[in-house]
Amino acid sequence: MSAASPNLPGTPGALAFGAVRLAFGALVVAFLLLPLVAILPLAFTDSVFLTYPMSGPSLRWFETLATSDAWKRSIVNSLIIGSGATVLSTVVGTLAALGLRRELVPFSGVLRSIFLLPMVVPAVVLGVGMQILYARMGLASSYLGVIVAHAVLCVPFVLVNVSGSLASIDPALEKAASSLGAPPTAVFRNVTLPLAMPGILTGAVFAFATSLDEVVITLFVAGPNQTTMARQMFASLRENISPAIAAAAFVIIVLTFALLLVVKGASLFRPQRNKQRPQQT
Amino acid sequence: MTIARLKASLLVLPLIVFLGLFFIWPLWMMIATSVQGGTVRLAFPATAVAIAQWNGDGLPSPDVQAALIQDLRAEVVQEVFGDAVRSLNSQQAGFRTLLPRTMTALRNAGADATPKLERIDPRWSQPSFWLALKRGMPAYTDANLLAAVDLKRGDDGTIAHVAPDMAVNRAIMLRTFIIAAQVTLACAAIGLPFAMLAASLGGWKRNFLLLAVLLPLWTSLLVRTAAWMILLQDQGLINQILKALGLIDASLPLIYNRTGVLIAMTHVLLPFMVLPIYASLIAIPRNLMPAAAALGARPWQAFRHVLLPLAMPGLLSGSLLVFMVALGYYITPALTGGAGDQMISSVIAFYATGTANWGMAGALGLFLLVPTTLLYIVYGRLSRTPLGQA
Repeated sequence: MSAASPNLPGTPGALAFGAVRLAFGALVVAFLLLPLVAILPLAFTDSVFLTYPMSGPSLRWFETLATSDAWKRSIVNSLIIGSGATVLSTVVGTLAALGLRRELVPFSGVLRSIFLLPMVVPAVVLGVGMQILYARMGLASSYLGVIVAHAVLCVPFVLVNVSGSLASIDPALEKAASSLGAPPTAVFRNVTLPLAMPGILTGAVFAFATSLDEVVITLFVAGPNQTTMARQMFASLRENISPAIAAAAFVIIVLTFALLLVVKGASLFRPQRNKQRPQQT
Repeated sequence: MTIARLKASLLVLPLIVFLGLFFIWPLWMMIATSVQGGTVRLAFPATAVAIAQWNGDGLPSPDVQAALIQDLRAEVVQEVFGDAVRSLNSQQAGFRTLLPRTMTALRNAGADATPKLERIDPRWSQPSFWLALKRGMPAYTDANLLAAVDLKRGDDGTIAHVAPDMAVNRAIMLRTFIIAAQVTLACAAIGLPFAMLAASLGGWKRNFLLLAVLLPLWTSLLVRTAAWMILLQDQGLINQILKALGLIDASLPLIYNRTGVLIAMTHVLLPFMVLPIYASLIAIPRNLMPAAAALGARPWQAFRHVLLPLAMPGLLSGSLLVFMVALGYYITPALTGGAGDQMISSVIAFYATGTANWGMAGALGLFLLVPTTLLYIVYGRLSRTPLGQA
């Protein structure tokens, strides 16, 4: 029995209501999934146009990604910058989540809100500030500069995921370990860390996905040598839309979901426990 | 306990330092740049110090003249000098010829000579030029902040509107708020019933609906925007389907206009509406609606007086979240909108990357940063679940 239809089942009113609900649900699901479903096959088109019907399967656009200098370089850059930003944000984010765990630090709540701010502050605003700062620090158009800028955006995702997994640890487990004589470092290494690991890994995947998808800050702080895959996609979407974009999108989707599947495993189908990530821009 | 506190603080310290350096400081520098005195000060540093002592009556003391001579003899970057001359000329016509002429005369006179400025050009004996110079180099200025909302300071210091053909920023700010509001409404109109539907179902059906919300959320924003560009183009799937159904004869213009922006942004932000509403709905005891029905409430009454009030907190935080994030959108309007659909972010990007006018970019950025931060504070107060947790 549905929450919104207390009519008796089987009456014409209930049937019509059920049909409307079904149609509405199907329409919204189509709206949500159609873009994802529509773009993937076009990665394999033979044509130079991004339109249906497709003109036969081909890998020519993946070949373009692998052979064109601009695309090849941008993919390598994305991997370098993504890895750097992931390591940096996962380390500082995990440490902070551990520190904030028991609210022992003064102003824990305020700190946590501030740490999540990079999710909310418009990317363009942060981009302007970063551009001014980097011009003074000499970090403009450097790999280190882009990695640091991306890591700032990644930190909230690490913090949220690690805090979530730390909060779900039963304190009795750690108490039991120390009452059995384990020193604090052993408790941390053998109990806390393994239990927090799923959260840390999920945070790292979201961090990597965030860096992979980042365009705006990259436009402000990266030079031509640090062009990432996302920035290359953005540029070609503005100038000459080619199916290479669909191939790049395919790579990004497959990479993100493969990583997610690896770390989330079965919990993928317990969506209510997953974290949302507000997307900048 | 104190040692535990110290340890915890040490763990948090790296992130505080990291975000302090690369998040708070850049934002602060952006704000500082927007109110700093600007290029005239940069081009005439000695004069800026000396002229601050002059009260503006008559002609300034010989010290100020000496400082100006020193500044004009010093090597200065051509662009900085050019910007300063333009800025001064807009305050007092004549600087465009006066400054280069004075500079050339001083260089020709040799480093040891101490010429009189009035001899080089009689305009230096007019107080109005010195006054414009003094006004042109304040330590702080509200010029950028005023310009961001299409205002300026007149010669007498009063605030006035800029010429109507130059006044574009207010219109773009208004457009930004309107688009964000439209997207929020669209998300609420779709998200509320969809979340109710998901909460009313059970088992695999509920999981399927939630997965349909989460899959786009986990997909790159750029990929989703690209997908909408493909779907909405004139030869795109949507137009093809509508034609095949015989609903239209010619392709509908769905992209590079407001329609495209609203469709793509609604798609991107819909999950942020559905998830908070869903979270507040599943917290409702399952027997409330049957209880309302048993007590004689018609379905509409039960919805209006039981379900909707209980869904309200989720609807409110979802709306705040969507509106707040939508305000700062740049990529999606840039790709799916036309020239008349660009939001404030694109103007900021234009000033920062197009013309390197960081003062204007910072001022406009401040007008985007302040409402976003205020909404975030309200969101933090209202929502039971902190940001990032559905």
